[in-house]
Amino acid sequence: MYEFNYQKAASIDEAKSFHGAAEEPKYMSGGMTLLPTLKQRLARPSNVIDLAAVPNMSGVEVTPDEVTILARTPHAVVNSSPDLQRTIPALAKLAGGIGDPMVRNRGTIGGSLANSDPAADYPGSVVGLGATVHTDRREIAADDFFLDLFETALEEGEIITKVTYPVPDRAGYMKFPNPASRYCIVGVMVSQKGSDVRVGVTGAGACAFRVPEMEAALASNFAPESVAEIKISSDGLNEDIHASAEYRAHLVTIMAKRAVAEAIA
Amino acid sequence: MTVKFSMTVNGKPVEGETEDRTLLVQYLREDMRLTGTHVGCDTSQCGCCTVHIDGKPIKSCTVLCAQVDGCEVTTIEGLAQDGELHPMQDAFRENHALQCGFCTPGMVMSAIGIVDRHEGEKLDEKTVRRELEGNFCRCTGYHNIVKAILAASETMNQSA
Repeated sequence: MYEFNYQKAASIDEAKSFHGAAEEPKYMSGGMTLLPTLKQRLARPSNVIDLAAVPNMSGVEVTPDEVTILARTPHAVVNSSPDLQRTIPALAKLAGGIGDPMVRNRGTIGGSLANSDPAADYPGSVVGLGATVHTDRREIAADDFFLDLFETALEEGEIITKVTYPVPDRAGYMKFPNPASRYCIVGVMVSQKGSDVRVGVTGAGACAFRVPEMEAALASNFAPESVAEIKISSDGLNEDIHASAEYRAHLVTIMAKRAVAEAIA
Repeated sequence: MTVKFSMTVNGKPVEGETEDRTLLVQYLREDMRLTGTHVGCDTSQCGCCTVHIDGKPIKSCTVLCAQVDGCEVTTIEGLAQDGELHPMQDAFRENHALQCGFCTPGMVMSAIGIVDRHEGEKLDEKTVRRELEGNFCRCTGYHNIVKAILAASETMNQSA
């Protein structure tokens, strides 16, 4: 690791003032992506601003219509929340499939979304469930949040404070994990709330995206066979040693089909 | 730049000062000479560096010492009490759950986390294998490790 100044912020305001005063600052939540990145010398921030000491930033709150996950909630807490397992079991399951138990004890939803790794799980849930990302200054709709590879709508110094998910009638999440890292080669979250159907895909493209053709087919018949024949184009999809773009496109259909099956099970 | 911190390691208060970028595992091994915590991959995959922070297993190669300020840290050296092995250590010995032993400290710390998460439940092999996904044994001696964890969970649940 290159040298940096470590700063522990006691409040959102203090974090922002540290950020404003630093040359090349970086916020840290759980550090499960940032620290490995620093160790590989892929980033060289002047200041690492730890958000762990900011109070009231962790927890899951559930009402009949909405689930709120505070930004610093670790994946393990999301996974094991009985209230969430009851209201959106697919989201609790998603959190339990990230990394491994030790990573899930430190990694947080806010950190994952702000980073927008193309292979991360949570972006698929935000898009597939139509969540809203709340920050220190505004609310950002799911469809406006993810812009490109590791790029979100967050402005310089902006901090995610919480994520709100509307409770769907039903939802399912299925991923084809990289067997070594558990990152998504492709992950698909499908949900239905009244006549509104969403299909959120992560792992396949530069950032999470929707599949309108599948959504339309599921809106008329919410069943696995509705998406079984819908192929998405491999143009612009991710390609690496783990999977070709064509294979990822193929997996989107398979995972969508299985996610719908899970949602109606 | 350096940072000051205070934490509890294996029940003893520790106050220190280290570089901002020092990893917890570096401090434990190089400054405190608690070399039972191993570094296998240094990329948060192998789990050899697993210790407990405030009772929860984490990978100490992916946590800064500065982040642990005010926390309670338990390493493999802190498990045995008054010369008596922890039930998990005992079960690893009884079941010959190691070959070279390099992954063992991390396996034991991780395994205690599995039993803690399922307190009062009867653990099954599938659960143990799934939740050991963050620990690698390159001797591939998983069979006896799983056996040991299942045995220890019985003992630990009885004494709880």
